[in-house]
Amino acid sequence: MTEIPKEEMLLKCPSTCAGCGSLLALRYILKAAGKDTVLVIPACCNSVIQGVYPYMLHTVPVYNIAFAAAAACASGMSEAFRAVGKKTNVIVYAGDGGTADIGIQALSGALERGEDFLYICYDNEAYGNTGMQRSGATPLGAITTTTPNGKTVNKKDLDRIIEAHNLPYQATACASYPADIYNKVKKALSIPGPKFIHILAPCPPGWRTPSEKTVEIGKMAVKSGIWVLWEKEYDKFTISAPSRAAMKKPSPVADYLKAQGRFRKVDDATAAKIQAQVDKNLKKIAAEAAYSEENA
Amino acid sequence: MSDKLVMSTGNKAMAAAVKMVKPTVVAAYPITPQTEVIEAIAEYVGGGEMDARYIPVESEHSAMTACIGASITGIRVFTATSSHGLLYMHEMLHWAAGARLPIVMGQINRTLAPGWNIWAEHSDALSQRDTGWLQVYVSTVQEAYDATIMAFRIAEDNRVLLPVMINMDGFLLSHIMQPFEMTEPGDFVPQISLPHKIDVNDPKGYGAMSPSDIHFTFRHDMEKAMRASRTVIAETEAAFAKRFGRSYAPIEEYLCDDADVVIVAMGTLGKEAEVAADILRKEGVKAGVMRIRWLRPFPIDMKIEGKDLVVIDRDYSFGFGGVVAGEIQARYPQAKIASVIAGLGGQEVTYEDMATFVRTRKVGTEFWFGIPSEEQ
Ligand code: SF4
Repeated sequence: MTEIPKEEMLLKCPSTCAGCGSLLALRYILKAAGKDTVLVIPACCNSVIQGVYPYMLHTVPVYNIAFAAAAACASGMSEAFRAVGKKTNVIVYAGDGGTADIGIQALSGALERGEDFLYICYDNEAYGNTGMQRSGATPLGAITTTTPNGKTVNKKDLDRIIEAHNLPYQATACASYPADIYNKVKKALSIPGPKFIHILAPCPPGWRTPSEKTVEIGKMAVKSGIWVLWEKEYDKFTISAPSRAAMKKPSPVADYLKAQGRFRKVDDATAAKIQAQVDKNLKKIAAEAAYSEENA
Repeated sequence: MSDKLVMSTGNKAMAAAVKMVKPTVVAAYPITPQTEVIEAIAEYVGGGEMDARYIPVESEHSAMTACIGASITGIRVFTATSSHGLLYMHEMLHWAAGARLPIVMGQINRTLAPGWNIWAEHSDALSQRDTGWLQVYVSTVQEAYDATIMAFRIAEDNRVLLPVMINMDGFLLSHIMQPFEMTEPGDFVPQISLPHKIDVNDPKGYGAMSPSDIHFTFRHDMEKAMRASRTVIAETEAAFAKRFGRSYAPIEEYLCDDADVVIVAMGTLGKEAEVAADILRKEGVKAGVMRIRWLRPFPIDMKIEGKDLVVIDRDYSFGFGGVVAGEIQARYPQAKIASVIAGLGGQEVTYEDMATFVRTRKVGTEFWFGIPSEEQ
């Protein structure tokens, strides 16, 4: 069992919706990162969650920046710290819109340059802060305020895009598995260069699920295989324990879809299509892990 | 002080000045006609002549953002851009000024598309005048060098803490070779000390949501800093003159004391206008020149009583008029202005043309140079 510090890095009374997955994840990210850390946050739920000036939720400095700008800001900050000999962790905490959509150019640039910071995308699969519009990360079939009949195109495969940059450390995680998040953040921060962690963050109002079900819904995502936990350290690709267990006998994706109001317009044909995509993806991931093991 | 006389383009002189004041981080994206500035800096850094981190970002939006991220750690930063690059930065220009970060930027004035045009025009910078950046316009290679050095001292002064944009006419100055004295600034630009720099031992939120009253105070603070920058600019330019022997003022006046008519312009046009004034003087016309250097903060003591002004704008605010003419008229309602729109898209404007503007001026009207009068 991982020793997660008791000390809380987030103060009480955040202005999140009840049961927010992104805040749950952040709690463990900061425990792993420790005090010598600066958070860079672009426009997203977390720029609001932190509170209204002069109050603040975090016990580390937080630098708020424009929507498209997080990775570039972290680049400048990290370069400046290193130039004067500081080791300070620079962590971007950005939503899926700020990462997969408007922020992707700056992110791609920073990864290509090999900047030394950790970029974490908490993915609630929509623009939560503006009231749940579709983003590039919204999955097929999900209802949002701009896809009232369910999204007709697939979720952008952000991880494959990031992977193409060949960064030293990349992982996925889910808010429902805090120890996994904690370990991955710790490991990421021990590696120089760019690091990326993509965290699925269930979002009660967006996913139209009860607030108390956040952890359960996240686990259903992992158990069904629609969300797979893995990490890639240089060329070593490993499937993380919860997904390794789940992949032996994944639960039906239909259960995951049925548990959420946002998928209520998904018809049988679409559900079958989603299931087929999940199956295919799981095979791909298993093959990649096997290949990585063979060639270790 | 050890000055040496060298030949250089405006761009390279600016880069040399940047090297002298030793920023810790330079983040930049290339664009014509600014490229020479950042190439020279890349060479300095690559060759070990300059101990800085050079971040070759993927866009101007990121260039300004990387400068913001670096600057908030309390170090000195520089970037340079031009034209569409400046416009692409627009959002972040507000973030930089609003965060009170003393970023210094070389801005090589160039026309905006469509159609594509790489020549000099001031519309790029003037469309950014409300971002909270100080703006200075230079007219010679020497001035490009000197203004760059002074810009850091002004921006980083704790009474100011606002970013500064040094404007230089594309090609007309950026690529023109002139001799200049390469002054070693020594301790003229003191070490930066940013009072609000990020400190993990004293964690704060930067740019968090702020209620209206607090936001209002922040904005008022910016204006107070703008006003204070007038004093800081005056002090810095006086100190520079005392130490290095070259003096500048927010408005450079030429033969203005007894002038009946004054040409007002910025950048290279303002310098060229001095030749026009000489010609007009020979004809018995009491002409002078006011070259506006600092557009932000705007000069508050233009001595224009009893004089006609021929204001040459290398820019235009559509549906309104020449920007500089409009600014002067707004601040000095009594000003008698003949507005001339000239030099757009790099249109050639000679001192002879300027003398003609004066001879044929009609106060209270606007004249577009090169457009037939019946179409005006
Ligand atoms: S909208 Fe979703 S992600 Fe945003 S604060 Fe609410 S629960 Fe969290």
